Amino acid sequence: MTAQPIYGLMAQFDTPTDLVHAAKAAYDDGYRKMDTYTPYPLEEAAEAIGVHHNRVPLVCLVGAMLGMIGGYSLEYWVSAISYPLNVGGKPFHSWPAFIPVTFECAVLGASLAVVFGMLALNGLPQPYHPVFNVPSFTGATTDKFFLCIESQDPRFSIGETKRFLEGQHPLEVAEVPY
Amino acid sequence: MPRIEEEIDVLPPQGVRPPLIGPGQTLRTVTDRIGGVVLEKHTPVFWLLVVALCVALFGMLNTAIAYLLGKGVGIWGVNIPVGWGFAIVNFVWWIGIGHAGTLISAILLLFKQGWRTSINRFAEAMTIFAVMQAGLFPLLHTGRPWLAAYWLFPIPFTMGVWPQFRSPLIWDVFAVSTYFTVSFLFWGIGLIPDFATLRDSAKSLVVRRIYGMLAMGWRGSARHWNRFETAYMLLAGLATPLVLSVHSVVSLDFAVALVPGWHTTFFPPYFVAGAIYSGFAMVLMLAIPFRYLYGMQDYITLRHLQNCAKLMLATGLIVAYAYTLEMFIGWYSNEKNELALVHNRLHGPYSHYYFTLVFCNILFPQTLWLNKVRSTPWMLFIVSMVVQTGMWLERFVIVVLSLNRDFLPTNWGMYWFTKWDMMTLIGTMGFFTLLFFLFIRFMPPISIFEIRTLLPQSKVKE
Repeated sequence: MTAQPIYGLMAQFDTPTDLVHAAKAAYDDGYRKMDTYTPYPLEEAAEAIGVHHNRVPLVCLVGAMLGMIGGYSLEYWVSAISYPLNVGGKPFHSWPAFIPVTFECAVLGASLAVVFGMLALNGLPQPYHPVFNVPSFTGATTDKFFLCIESQDPRFSIGETKRFLEGQHPLEVAEVPY
Repeated sequence: MPRIEEEIDVLPPQGVRPPLIGPGQTLRTVTDRIGGVVLEKHTPVFWLLVVALCVALFGMLNTAIAYLLGKGVGIWGVNIPVGWGFAIVNFVWWIGIGHAGTLISAILLLFKQGWRTSINRFAEAMTIFAVMQAGLFPLLHTGRPWLAAYWLFPIPFTMGVWPQFRSPLIWDVFAVSTYFTVSFLFWGIGLIPDFATLRDSAKSLVVRRIYGMLAMGWRGSARHWNRFETAYMLLAGLATPLVLSVHSVVSLDFAVALVPGWHTTFFPPYFVAGAIYSGFAMVLMLAIPFRYLYGMQDYITLRHLQNCAKLMLATGLIVAYAYTLEMFIGWYSNEKNELALVHNRLHGPYSHYYFTLVFCNILFPQTLWLNKVRSTPWMLFIVSMVVQTGMWLERFVIVVLSLNRDFLPTNWGMYWFTKWDMMTLIGTMGFFTLLFFLFIRFMPPISIFEIRTLLPQSKVKE
């Protein structure tokens, strides 16, 4: 063991079932600061490490509201305040005619908020992350499943965590250097 | 040489559904096979040939546009009484084609239709490229696209006037630009995990760097997937009403006017059904050559083609109902201008357009009732081409046949399109195909991460 601080210990699994079993065992063992890495969304793995809800829907709602209010206010200001123009005798504030644009603006605001909110909450774009230092980690985007217990976890200790992970039938256990 | 694998499609017995994904696929083969289309060093010869042809057509489009900007819209056949002509026909046609992409990616996702997975990525790309072609036409139709910015968008400038928000034409600007943005975002976030796959599978350092930047550091973390999936579902939920609104608003461009044949309340659902009809025809026209040329029969199986064919048949019947209703209401209204429109369609100078349209959109697609047609790719391709032609004619009939003879016989006239109209239309087809071929060479044309979820070994066993 080197004295160099490490990011965590990473176990590699061959099947999603092994990964989910290991993640559940780690959670039951008291580990909290950990993450799984999979080539496709695996709901069971997220559940196993205690990830349930996220704030993307809230961001979406805020975006939709801003778009809606922005779109309608724009139409009102343009048609009734800045340059009131009598078109076919219709009222300056013709609210039913303003609904389609309001709707489109709400959808636009919500969609932009969803995408950029999701990326921001995920901390992307992120040019560097320690997990990429593990050579076999390229498998995480192909056909391998990873569980990384991070050194920030209070229960983490190199020797004991390594023994724990090795007991979960992994293909390999690797140290993740910073 | 292109890797043309032998056709593995066998006509399944009646009542048996072919599988969604070919036999013997694993997480690794899926990655290698689909990623291989992009990472393959040697560009297939057919790809080069198609791209060369499309670049030539793109050049023709640019020539037509340059001449248009120099001379003005007078080089097109538009005049009084038909002021809309090809520009609006092509606009509505292209934007309709895009709609099937959103239907596949968003609506079928919400309905948990697993078969959408193999075709959603390139259907979304099709949407984006089709909307790009559509957007060109109204812009060019203004004659001075560089001024169109403040005609279309509320941009503050010295004259202090604003767009007219009570008009469907301005709703259209917002609907189409929102549609383009949302389709692009939807497509873009779906690509992130696949870019990460390409980054990790690429051999060359340069390629790895490029896809690495596009992947933005995606690492497949459970927390990331969790937010990603929520975002994906939310976008699908947002895109669903959006796609219905887009063609509804396009139809209001017509329906709000008083012109006979346009002034009807059933235009929005009729236009949406027509859009999806032509969109599925385009999906099939792209999927059938693609799966054959790249040997993707394991991912885009007969089941996918059959399902598209069934949806095409269903929307085609809605369209047929709408045509019938149009004629019926024209007669039932007992209003002389409406009756004149019916007469103009059946016996007027453009009646051959109308009868060709009925053949292409109503009669010929009835062959889709036959299992043999739904299960034979080349037959489906022909039906799709006919439907695509029919849908273009439908927009021609709507635009031109209502304008050429309106209320006063003194206003009557004919519409003759010019070679510049034709060059612009064919040019956009080349531009569309060019974008599509660039897309399948540089981006994963099938969603790799979603295909993985279909495999039996991707499920967690208790």
